[in-house]
Amino acid sequence: MSYDANHAPSAHHDEHEQHGTETTMFGFWVYLMTDCIIFGTLFAVFATLCHQFAGGPTGKELFDLKNVEIETAILLLSSITYGFALINAHAKKKGAVLVWLLLTFILGVSFVCLEISEFSELVAHGAGPDKSAFLSSFFALVGTHGLHVTIGLIWMVVLFFQVLGRQGLGSRMMTKLTCLSLFWHFLDIVWICVFSFVYLGSVV
Amino acid sequence: MLGKLTLSAIPYDVPILVGTFIGVAVIGIAVLAAVTYFKKWGYLWREWLTTVDHKKLAVMYIILGLVMLVRGFADAVMMRTQLALAYAGNPGYLPPHHYDQVFSAHGTIMIFFMAMVIMQALFNFVVPLQIGARDVAFPLINSISFYMTLVSAILINISLFIGEFSNVGWLGYPPVSELQFNPGVGVDYYIWSVQISGIGTLLTGMNFLTTIVKLRAPGMKWMQIPVFTWTTFFSCIMILTTFPVLTVSMALLALDRYLGMHFFTNDGGGSVMLYLNLIWSWGHPEVYILILPAFGVFSEIAATFSGKPLFGYASMVFATGVITILGSIVWVHHFFTMGAGADVNTFFGIMTMFIAVPTGVKIFNWLFTMYKGRVRFEGPMNWIVGFMITFSIGGMTGVMMAMPAADWVIHNSLFLVAHFHNVIIGGVFFGYVAGISYWFPKAFGFKLRDVWGKWAFRFWFVGFYLSFIPLYAVGLEGMTRRMNHYDNPNWHPWLLVACVGVFVLAAGVCCQVIQFVFGAIDAVTKKPDALDLTGDNWGSGRTLEWSIPSPVPHYNFARLPVIRGLDTFHIEKELGRPAPVGELEPIHMPKYSAVGPILGVFALVIGFALVWHIWWAVIVALLGAFVTVVHRSANLDVDFYVPVEEIRADEEAFAQRLAAAKAAE
Repeated sequence: MSYDANHAPSAHHDEHEQHGTETTMFGFWVYLMTDCIIFGTLFAVFATLCHQFAGGPTGKELFDLKNVEIETAILLLSSITYGFALINAHAKKKGAVLVWLLLTFILGVSFVCLEISEFSELVAHGAGPDKSAFLSSFFALVGTHGLHVTIGLIWMVVLFFQVLGRQGLGSRMMTKLTCLSLFWHFLDIVWICVFSFVYLGSVV
Repeated sequence: MLGKLTLSAIPYDVPILVGTFIGVAVIGIAVLAAVTYFKKWGYLWREWLTTVDHKKLAVMYIILGLVMLVRGFADAVMMRTQLALAYAGNPGYLPPHHYDQVFSAHGTIMIFFMAMVIMQALFNFVVPLQIGARDVAFPLINSISFYMTLVSAILINISLFIGEFSNVGWLGYPPVSELQFNPGVGVDYYIWSVQISGIGTLLTGMNFLTTIVKLRAPGMKWMQIPVFTWTTFFSCIMILTTFPVLTVSMALLALDRYLGMHFFTNDGGGSVMLYLNLIWSWGHPEVYILILPAFGVFSEIAATFSGKPLFGYASMVFATGVITILGSIVWVHHFFTMGAGADVNTFFGIMTMFIAVPTGVKIFNWLFTMYKGRVRFEGPMNWIVGFMITFSIGGMTGVMMAMPAADWVIHNSLFLVAHFHNVIIGGVFFGYVAGISYWFPKAFGFKLRDVWGKWAFRFWFVGFYLSFIPLYAVGLEGMTRRMNHYDNPNWHPWLLVACVGVFVLAAGVCCQVIQFVFGAIDAVTKKPDALDLTGDNWGSGRTLEWSIPSPVPHYNFARLPVIRGLDTFHIEKELGRPAPVGELEPIHMPKYSAVGPILGVFALVIGFALVWHIWWAVIVALLGAFVTVVHRSANLDVDFYVPVEEIRADEEAFAQRLAAAKAAE
């Protein structure tokens, strides 16, 4: 958590918390932008290698858009449900927060499961990441996104139990929920780019 | 059980390594025994290892950086002596495979574990004090940053004794760093060390950017920020924009090596030049990440020792910003020979030459700061004069190589090696040493003996020219870098001179060690004229850090300073210090935490286990790190208030020292 000694305890207590939150949010935004550069670099790598099939299968032959469309719908929906969780957190409705978090978690897990089944199907059909540079860059980019979603889900579980526990919906908890919200929506934006450039771009 | 790790991984058949190991072991055991004998483990743990105080972290960074300097310098001595000997049939004493490891170790350690480490030490010590803050924005993350840096340095040095050091240069170019040509563990050690230290650096960048944006003392406007803090700000921006690229390049190389992927391999459609573009689009900004803070140090020192405000403050800030932008769009000049075509090479060549403009602005600003000033040539000031001469020469050879046509001739020759040592030693290193000697009294409350600092400078200055001007010459005569032996009789005399040079540099290192030893003796014996009573040790400090006691109390500022313009402390000295306003209040501070060292241990285990494919250990350590973070996240008891009595006692003691110093005048 961020710390800010520039406010003396005599300053109004809420104001003090507010200022600390603002610093934390700024720091988290900065972190997210570095994550954005990680994805940007992976997209650049994919753009460079996406035609290096090395005699292996092409994206057009491999990708099943139906599956990807379901994944996309699930992830976008999970952003909405997380939004409802945050609205209820601001309204201090603890029970509703927990329900919406649980829904978001279920959607997130189903996204990851679909992705894992897609990956294992590709590997089973001999189109694993070691087949060609195209497949290496595909697995690295989409896999990094999936890894981020998984970490987001673990984070969500931790916050779920902290909301349930003694931290409740205090100002420190609100900061954490807002950070995860930024992270979750950010992953959505990245996924839209993955969907457009990787899947649609390969099939067209 | 232990993956690929077997007893045969220990190189007991290489006498140099066995000797080094015995030396390290003896020193290590001596230090541990001393700590045990004096019963200092508790003190060390409570006051230092678990600290989140940016000043103590800075001291630990400095110690790590100086140890790594000696370590990397030993490699330099080995290379120069090898090349002085290995001529006309004489193979020298380092076989090619070992020589490859030595130059890889020299580059890797000097950049990642010496320069980056000392740079972070300066960030940590100076920035919060200059902007009137009581700590950084995220003190615990700051401690984690330090431990990531520390364990990555440990991990890369373990490779010396268990396994092998990477033998593919400091940037690990494929395809030679791929599994096909390099099945050993050296490259893996390199990858994971760089990854772990990269996490630390990235967190430092995030932390200090947030600190500078959010925690400035009330009233400090952007154009009132001291220049060192400005250079830190831009350096952090480059860290944040480029270190993620390094992370990705290392991760992809690891995927190639661990999972048989084809990013940079010769077969399967991989592209070697993709790696070069990725690594240099981090690597070139990296040298500006290192040099900008050095420019900041010179700006502070030039003003302090000339008794004048810095000439052209605003142009200095804008020049730093322009270098930040230009420095990020020149990376292709590292491989003009790639064959990208004339248009691409022309763009990158011209951009590279443009960087000389803002840098020239800075050089003239420092010169005009000294012009008609009362210049005092104390230790730190020596380094800046040496820097301006040396760095200008290095800059000019840089512009020479920025011409693609010329670069095709001298690409990868010793001319290049001479050029980048010219700017890194003459710029980065001189700057950091000047910074250490400039802020040392502020950190410890006593001064170092200036005479040894001056001798260190003289040896470094002369030694630099003796070591590297010959390399320009042999480079132009066609000697490529990383050669283990040679037959050309024209090169031999030059390389003998360079070998003499490295021993002159060694004399400089000795003087620096002696300076610290005498400093410690003076501190222990409380030599009266070594003590810094006023906090304004140089007598002409201009920025906020000189307005508070030395050593600095753990909360930095008893009252938050009121900013009255650029160089507030100087204005106050001119106009008289205003009486403190308002009552002292308890100060809100973060508690020390063991999370940093615990995460450090887990990171070390993860790195080592990944190198040797000990998968269960990776999983256990990852789980351990996860539990540590969650436990911390549930901990609400993370801060405390410094009582008013303690602050008042400190303030009164400082007032007495100031009065005594005034009376002594």
